[in-house]
Amino acid sequence: MYTQALNTSDADDRPVEDATRAAAFQARIDAEERIEPNDWMPAAYRKTLTRQISQHAHSEIVGMLPEGNWITRAPSLRRKAALLAKVQDECGHGLYLYAAAETLGASREELVDLMLAGKAKYSSIFNYPTLTWADIGTIGWLVDGAAIMNQIPLCRCSYGPYARAMIRVCKEESFHQRQGFEIMVTLARGSEEQKAMAQDALNRWWWPVLMMFGPPDQASQHGDTSTRWKIKRFSNDELRQKFVDATVPQAQYLGLTIPDPGMKQNEAGNWEYSAIDWDEFKQVLAGNGPCNRDRLAARRKAHDEGAWVREAAEAYAEKRRHRQTAQAAE
Amino acid sequence: MATPNTPLWEVFIRSRNGLAHKHVGSLHASDTTMALQAARDLYTRRGEGLSIWVVPSSAITASDPSEKGMMFEPAESKIYRHPTFYEVPDEVGHM
Repeated sequence: MYTQALNTSDADDRPVEDATRAAAFQARIDAEERIEPNDWMPAAYRKTLTRQISQHAHSEIVGMLPEGNWITRAPSLRRKAALLAKVQDECGHGLYLYAAAETLGASREELVDLMLAGKAKYSSIFNYPTLTWADIGTIGWLVDGAAIMNQIPLCRCSYGPYARAMIRVCKEESFHQRQGFEIMVTLARGSEEQKAMAQDALNRWWWPVLMMFGPPDQASQHGDTSTRWKIKRFSNDELRQKFVDATVPQAQYLGLTIPDPGMKQNEAGNWEYSAIDWDEFKQVLAGNGPCNRDRLAARRKAHDEGAWVREAAEAYAEKRRHRQTAQAAE
Repeated sequence: MATPNTPLWEVFIRSRNGLAHKHVGSLHASDTTMALQAARDLYTRRGEGLSIWVVPSSAITASDPSEKGMMFEPAESKIYRHPTFYEVPDEVGHM
């Protein structure tokens, strides 16, 4: 789950709408009421949420690829079964989220087609490769850890179907983080080579994971509307700081070094990190990360190769409908 | 080429004997058999249920939220339908 980086609101193209209705809508939000699919909502609220939830769904689906890469090469049957279950969960999370997005009026097919056409974004983090088994541990520990940080506040998002999907996702996600950390503990207690592998994975993933929380607050233009609508409860920098503070002691436990020599703890107890390379983030979002083309190509291939299954299922359903109609007519 | 739309289903799960089926979400499937299988895979990966219902979403009729006032007001004004409306003398104790 991975939308923070992509959160933007459509405040600018908001049409002038019935002011009374808009005020009543905001009053409901302020009173912490949940908005449900058939309720009136501003067009920009609908559009913002459709985009955010569908991008979140795409991220879950594309997120299956880097981890799926290691299912056949997992080091033991226990690890393989856990990884397979985790990747199945990611698929499930994508489907809960597509269903939530569809309650806003978009069709599943339309949303998927936008992603396949490269017109919809997904989280930048999945455009990095999984080079070693330690990457699977690091993804569970850090990527899912960051995702949980981001998703817990979304359980209280003002839009009912999104909040409910998030509650379910969060319940399932905690296993993901723990299985990742367990892999890291095992490697960290292993041979020198295994320790080096764990350190190398942390070195490669650390900065991209911090970027998952999205641009720094002063550069984010759209945060206000999402905050006012209670889609977003914390700013990007607040969540990033929470994540760093939670993660540093875990890295210390593992005996691994966070690849940020300038990092220090301030008087308040927060860990201050060095400047993030936002150019890299922009490049990856723009399609120039290490695996962007691979990821889209893999999704398109799966979609195209599954076409005959969808067609056959539809033809069979159609045949059965005809038979039932014919029997009813007799 | 746009992908053709697959019908939408609502999924209800009974978590334990003695409890009612409860709405858990929705999914797409081309027929009842596939809808049930997909519901099993999607909503019961951790032993969440003993029984599944799938219902075509198009078969559900919903009340109109904009008429919610008119629809539910008659119940809200009848506080005498609740036990707390009635006074029982303290000496009588719990009733």
